[in-house]
Amino acid sequence: MLIKFFIKPRKGVLDPQGRAVTENLRSLGFSDVKDVKVGKYIEVYVQQTDKEKAVEEAKQMAKKALVNEIIEDYEFEIVED
Amino acid sequence: MKFAVAVYPGSNCDYDTYRVLRDVLDQEVQLIDYRTTDLSGFDCVVLPGGFSFGDYLRPGTLAAHTPLTGTVKEFADKGGLVIGICNGFQILTEAHLLPGALMPNVHGKFVCRHQYLRVENTDNPFTNQCEEGQILKIPIAHHDGNYFVDDETLTKMEENGQIILRYCDEYGNITEEANPNGSIKNIAGITNENKNVFGLMPHPERAAESILGTEDGLYILRSILEIYS
Repeated sequence: MLIKFFIKPRKGVLDPQGRAVTENLRSLGFSDVKDVKVGKYIEVYVQQTDKEKAVEEAKQMAKKALVNEIIEDYEFEIVED
Repeated sequence: MKFAVAVYPGSNCDYDTYRVLRDVLDQEVQLIDYRTTDLSGFDCVVLPGGFSFGDYLRPGTLAAHTPLTGTVKEFADKGGLVIGICNGFQILTEAHLLPGALMPNVHGKFVCRHQYLRVENTDNPFTNQCEEGQILKIPIAHHDGNYFVDDETLTKMEENGQIILRYCDEYGNITEEANPNGSIKNIAGITNENKNVFGLMPHPERAAESILGTEDGLYILRSILEIYS
């Protein structure tokens, strides 16, 4: 199975990259842009076939390594690869 | 006093630190590989600056999960002195030996310059040779030095005297202009609750010989020696 992690700066935490990209998009004429968040996308391939167990594994991976919850928010989804 | 200087793949201030401890301060010092699990006989562990594991994932994350860092945690739990400089500070926060996190600099740029710092607390093993309010000039060189911590933890840290250094101007004023990276409350260096683990973004090992323009880093390094004298 494949676990897809979507990580972005936590709400309320300043995102310098997002701010710079916001300005850049606006300067290109995209005046509609309100805000941009720049984060990370991580794919983790696991041998696990039980989806519930994979969910638990994903949460542990996020907590122990992939995400710093002081400054980042995340979501994940699990798909058959 | 016997120092261990950690060597992770990508550490690049390890030898500078080793040299200053050995040649300037005349101490016993050994470089320690990141796979090591034995720190017996050491009085102080230094996690040096650099880009351990290429800053992959987040600065300090992968180094925080190595056998050596696990051993450093046990060493610190028993009261051993630990100092993390720059990337070492990042490793200590990622290993949860220090509160908070170090985010990318607010302006998105790498910053490399001499920086004035105000000593906020001297009742600890790392700045006991300073006067409270003393201004130190020590270089900084980092991309991810923007310290962040939640308000509740910050209040506790302030009450407990864990804020050790703040970025300031040459007169000691804590201003936004003097803040090189966007750190909350201009924080440059903190300790844990027990004050035996210290993390700071500035590089005292680069300010330990007059030929380098400032010897103010010696105030910090000599404070550590004072504990054992």
